[in-house]
Amino acid sequence: MSQRAFADQVLLLAERSLMRTLRQPANVVFPLVFPLLLLAVNSGGLDAATRIPGFPTDSFVAFALAIPFIQGALFATMNAGTDLARDIQTGFLNRLSLTPMRRIAVLAGQLGGVVTMGFVQALVYLGVGMVIGVRLESGVAGALVLLAFAVLIALGFGALGAFAALRTGSGEAVQGLFPIFFVFLFISSMNMPRNLIEIDWFRTAATANPVSYLIECVRSLIITGWDGRALALGFGTAAVIAVVSLALASWALRTRLARS
Amino acid sequence: MSQLAIEARDLVMQYKKGPRAVDSIDLEVNAGEIYGFLGPNGAGKSTTVHILTTLLPPTSGTARVAGHDVISEGPLVRAAIGAALQEAALDPLLTGREHLRLQAALQALSRAVRKPRADELLARVGLEDAADRKVGGYSGGMKRRLDLAMALIHRPRVLFLDEPTTGLDVQSRTALWDEVERLAKRDGVTVFLTTQYLEEADALADRIGIIDHGAIVAAGTPAALKAEVGLCTVEAVPAEGTSAERVSTVLARFGPALDSDHGAAAVRLESAHTGLADVVRALDAEGVEVENLAIHEPTLDDVFLAKTGHKLEGAGAEATEEREPEIEAT
Amino acid sequence: MRTFAVARGVAWRTLHTVFTNPSLFIPGIVFPLFFFTAFAGGLSRIDSVPGFDYPPGYTAFQFVFVLLQSAAFGGVFTGFGIARDFEGGFARRLLLAAPHRTGIVLGYALAALARWLVTAAVLTGVALAVGMQIGGDGVDLVGLYSLAVILNFAAILWASGVAMRLRTMQAGPIMQMPVFLILFFAPVYVPLSLLQGWIHAVATVNPLTRVLEAGRGFLAGTPTEVATAFAVAIALAAILWLWALRGLRSAERAG
Repeated sequence: MSQRAFADQVLLLAERSLMRTLRQPANVVFPLVFPLLLLAVNSGGLDAATRIPGFPTDSFVAFALAIPFIQGALFATMNAGTDLARDIQTGFLNRLSLTPMRRIAVLAGQLGGVVTMGFVQALVYLGVGMVIGVRLESGVAGALVLLAFAVLIALGFGALGAFAALRTGSGEAVQGLFPIFFVFLFISSMNMPRNLIEIDWFRTAATANPVSYLIECVRSLIITGWDGRALALGFGTAAVIAVVSLALASWALRTRLARS
Repeated sequence: MSQLAIEARDLVMQYKKGPRAVDSIDLEVNAGEIYGFLGPNGAGKSTTVHILTTLLPPTSGTARVAGHDVISEGPLVRAAIGAALQEAALDPLLTGREHLRLQAALQALSRAVRKPRADELLARVGLEDAADRKVGGYSGGMKRRLDLAMALIHRPRVLFLDEPTTGLDVQSRTALWDEVERLAKRDGVTVFLTTQYLEEADALADRIGIIDHGAIVAAGTPAALKAEVGLCTVEAVPAEGTSAERVSTVLARFGPALDSDHGAAAVRLESAHTGLADVVRALDAEGVEVENLAIHEPTLDDVFLAKTGHKLEGAGAEATEEREPEIEAT
Repeated sequence: MRTFAVARGVAWRTLHTVFTNPSLFIPGIVFPLFFFTAFAGGLSRIDSVPGFDYPPGYTAFQFVFVLLQSAAFGGVFTGFGIARDFEGGFARRLLLAAPHRTGIVLGYALAALARWLVTAAVLTGVALAVGMQIGGDGVDLVGLYSLAVILNFAAILWASGVAMRLRTMQAGPIMQMPVFLILFFAPVYVPLSLLQGWIHAVATVNPLTRVLEAGRGFLAGTPTEVATAFAVAIALAAILWLWALRGLRSAERAG
């Protein structure tokens, strides 16, 4: 099969994935509104924390703006997973596999849609941040790097959701991932820099938690500027998540579509 | 060149932790015919279809569809077949037209052809008015029609229909039957149709294969299968005041007695030349009054009963419902 | 009294459903514990913010919020059960069978309370085990837990009113969102005096702020705005009692 034909297939399925998301307004509005609402509530409530000696910035909203990007990735997981699970349950995946479509195009198409939404979400969060007065210390270049990062984590988390769907064939099982992600999100440096977490076990858990590095990578672009270590750890973690998730999802796809 | 559209030899599907869903079946379907695959729930119909459409690799055995091997030439088989499987397999968020355009694109139809082909099929299945509505709002019959249209978009030579009329009302079912006949007779498409409905197999199929517990128990034309079982049966319900024995005695002249319900007497006619009129005359001559007298031609259910020892209708209720076969995860 | 007989029956059945279904029972306990861990554990450094003056410490400060939050969400979770009952048709059975239908609402409220008491016991046990300091005496603690009980009652009345009007599981987010907002627009992380800007304005008018500050006062042994807090809580419960009863009438009319 030619590269052109493969690209066409992926585009078609990506277009479909986007169309489905846009036709479920809750899937568009909620991932945009909820993280921003939480941002508003938490930044207002925790603004006093900036007065803790050693707090890296005097604007809590700048500190917390990183969180919606990660929450957006969580929604990418759920949407990719539940859409794919629905395709399995309705038999639509079988229909697709009876066409000349290459197996991997299913995954690529679904993730293409998810990644596009992730990019749009990131644009919105950045835009809102700027409107409320947050300035990126890393400037325009930093904004571009941030958008690239958002795309990478949407890919990685979307693939995780796709893996869960392909493995279980069940939307409920995908929804069951939500509490797990919730825990990873909260037991992290989400609301407090790791060096300012007093409780030892919490600090240790946050240090071991890959989500902390994802948050800190975005945060560094906003409040620090160019922090090589934070960027390396963040991109490295996101890349590992993406590679592992994609491998798992591809393997699950091969098992699910056992056709010759 | 072989005239066989579908050919299977010793096909087996053995699930790792489960039953032998397909048990060494042999199949031959001629090009251009409608082949009815009849059996109760859980018999192995859908599993067989999944193997023949390359969705499921068999445990052993061989199968060729449209002249290509299902294992080594999967893509060529898929290019030549269309399938409407047990679920309607539609996306509730897309419109009918969008489904067809997507299907056409994935089947690598050229851009110039996609729109006219989609319009042609929408008209053919009677969905022009609903084409731009989301499928989530379609009725069951409409979904089945769209399903069929999608299976036909790339003009397949062989069409697989897995229980296409289950759950449909009479009108929708009849419309689908008409379309299937048109496809076979006018367009020369080979149709492999699975069903648990006797009348569907009887009405549509040129030849039938009856499957039970994964094995083919009988195959042939509907007429030949019924003739194998035997001739007609006559059933008489005695009138009030008349004993069943008197009725049975008269009927016994025409053939061996059969079990019957509700105090009726029944016999299988020994001669093809015996008609209802002969039985009526005999009863009249003996002064035996009957409330009801009926002659039954053998049905496919009789064939099923003769071959398997149990009736087809209601057999599925005991068997596990045949679902989309689960792929064993390795 | 007949009403209480109905209430007991409904409460028993609801509790039986919850306690025999881990997927219903566990989240109600796990989520508050999780929030307590995340807030008290992760944010404890807030006690070094200038102006933060809460003698029992940050763990106790967060404990009060999480206790009240668990009381409020306990009511909402039981509301999900009511919506499920309506969707499944069981509620119609109750409406037909119960001679005194007010007892139905009361029964759900009793069930919500019983559920929450289990959660509260676990939460309190864990807080004490991690060394939470308590400044108040027995009377103060009764005050704190009483406020939580009233809040739990108010929440179940809110949720049941929604459930009986909408009669579908889709009502879930509508039950949850207002409760979530009213909780988080209160001084969750720091006292009211350390809030600034719009959030300070919102929290000042938020009735829950009075309840929260009074609760923290009880735990510290320095009761503050007690009368206001109880007045607010009881008024909220009274208004939502009417809301729930009218919801019941709406359900009756729908048949």
